[in-house]
Amino acid sequence: MSQNKNIRWFKGKVSFLLDTKAIKVFMILLLITALVLIISTALGDMNISPLSVIKVFFGGGTTMEQLVVTSFRLPRILVALLVGISLAIAGGILQGMIRNPLASPDNLGLTGGAAVAVVGFLAFFSDDKNALTVSIKWMPLAAFLGAAIIGILIYLLAWKNGVSPIRLVLIGIGISALMDAFKTLMMILGPIYRASQANIWITGTVHGSTWGNVSILLPLTIVLVTIAMILARKMNIQELGDDVATSVGVHVGRQRFSLMMVATALVGISVAFAGGIGFVGLMAPHMARKLVGSSYGALLPVSALIGGILVMVADLIGRTLFSPLEIPAGVFTSAIGAPYFIYLLFETRKS
Amino acid sequence: MHAIETKDLTLSYGDSIIIDQLNIEIPKGEITIFIGGNGCGKSTLLRSIARLLKPKLGAVLLEGKAISKMSTKEVAKQMAILPQSPNAPEGLTVLQLVKQGRFPYQSLLKQWTEEDEQKVNDALIATGIEDLKDRPVDSLSGGQRQRAWIAMTLAQDTDIILLDEPTTYLDMTHQIEILDLLFELNEKENRTIVMVLHDLNLACRYAHNIVAIKNRCIFSQGKPENVVTRDLVKCVFEMECEISKDPLFGTPLCIPYGRGRNIHKQAVGVNA
Repeated sequence: MSQNKNIRWFKGKVSFLLDTKAIKVFMILLLITALVLIISTALGDMNISPLSVIKVFFGGGTTMEQLVVTSFRLPRILVALLVGISLAIAGGILQGMIRNPLASPDNLGLTGGAAVAVVGFLAFFSDDKNALTVSIKWMPLAAFLGAAIIGILIYLLAWKNGVSPIRLVLIGIGISALMDAFKTLMMILGPIYRASQANIWITGTVHGSTWGNVSILLPLTIVLVTIAMILARKMNIQELGDDVATSVGVHVGRQRFSLMMVATALVGISVAFAGGIGFVGLMAPHMARKLVGSSYGALLPVSALIGGILVMVADLIGRTLFSPLEIPAGVFTSAIGAPYFIYLLFETRKS
Repeated sequence: MHAIETKDLTLSYGDSIIIDQLNIEIPKGEITIFIGGNGCGKSTLLRSIARLLKPKLGAVLLEGKAISKMSTKEVAKQMAILPQSPNAPEGLTVLQLVKQGRFPYQSLLKQWTEEDEQKVNDALIATGIEDLKDRPVDSLSGGQRQRAWIAMTLAQDTDIILLDEPTTYLDMTHQIEILDLLFELNEKENRTIVMVLHDLNLACRYAHNIVAIKNRCIFSQGKPENVVTRDLVKCVFEMECEISKDPLFGTPLCIPYGRGRNIHKQAVGVNA
């Protein structure tokens, strides 16, 4: 009983070996993603039936329903989905690249770098009248640059005749702690009203997302996820160790650099639009690995969907459970994530 | 032409020189085994031949061409290396592992051609693990696991295979099994095999060509019968021994002196 299927198209110009089990898992998750998206759109201060939500998607429904669905709920839910996808893929890449299941955008300092950039942005570009002197549109760029600078910095600091995974992770942890300190310092020194704004943002929330955000996030996510999928083949080999990868003809150093940059960019864009939603980058690839094994061609898309579902659900809980009070989605991803992290450490201790 | 040659190859870790201006020729279609004491640089030499370590000076030539001037994929089609105790990620199946050997022949859209499938199947059959192909590598026994890794290097379809201590951590049965397999590959498919081995007697049994390394360069090189002598063992391993003949294959058999059971006799002697 083989679970693999040969694909050979165009007289052998295109050929793949597909894992049929992984495809089934992916399809089921795709269905769940769609369901969560619809249910999440339906629930809120004003409950709409899921059927009406679907009607609105196809241009029907009442004017009120249209307004709630398309203007209020859909943009933030889509941002949640895209951010979950980006963080999960970034986490998967980092875990494979560092060959350590505990690696994630959070503990490598990438999220921290982006957070410092945002807090810095809010502090430096505010005037006395509580207004930003530049457009808030630039904040995502600041977050992206923050993550990118830290990504490159970690890479350079870890350099010693090439970059070894263990040095990368140790330096990442150090930088991460440093970023936390900077963040706190800037929040205390900055204007008080900015501190609470920054704090909500750092916890991670998709509140206030607009179609404008979606229109920036969507193409970037598509491009970066595509690049990640193209690199998946080489990641499978890199996971066998640098020596084996070199033996079969992979430029290990070059490859590691491009992976680092893709992961950094993915973290950058998600932090830019949703703040520091934690633990998704750690959890999603692990759950995916349990479902489809460790081959990246299957692992990355499956973790992406799991990540998307996690953030959408966290956001749904956050805005409905204590309504009208709204809890940032990051609180719930951490609330599930932290115990899971401990469980993970417990598991590795046993083996 | 030789399969591999080195020209004034100097290797170092930081400032300490491991191999100094070494010139070596590795014959085609034979099994060459590097021997030497701990830390003599035999593994380092093997790694450098496999381009895993950049030489400080000198060059490695593959079929007469400098390896540093070839693209890494081009090298990968001619030479495979199996490092010492490699690690597969959790849950990776044998097929998924062996398939990776096809990397130098694949591209983004061509990831599983008929040739890929054929070579992978051949490799699984040659190593006798075709029944295990859907099993996770980490669930296999040590011997099976090593076979899976060897299958991966076979799938790479190279004339030259380098192995760094392929029998480490294996029990005696599996050591012999793996070496028999490599010998068979050499006999049947005429592949050039270069490896580092700790066990001198097994090295003598399986090698056509022994390279003894001492003091950063080659101490001697040649057929085991000609090379492995009392003097060699004394110089290279700093140990007294008798050289006998392997009763099964007639290859040199090294019997170390040491004090062995004499320790007891000596102790008794002192008392008397």
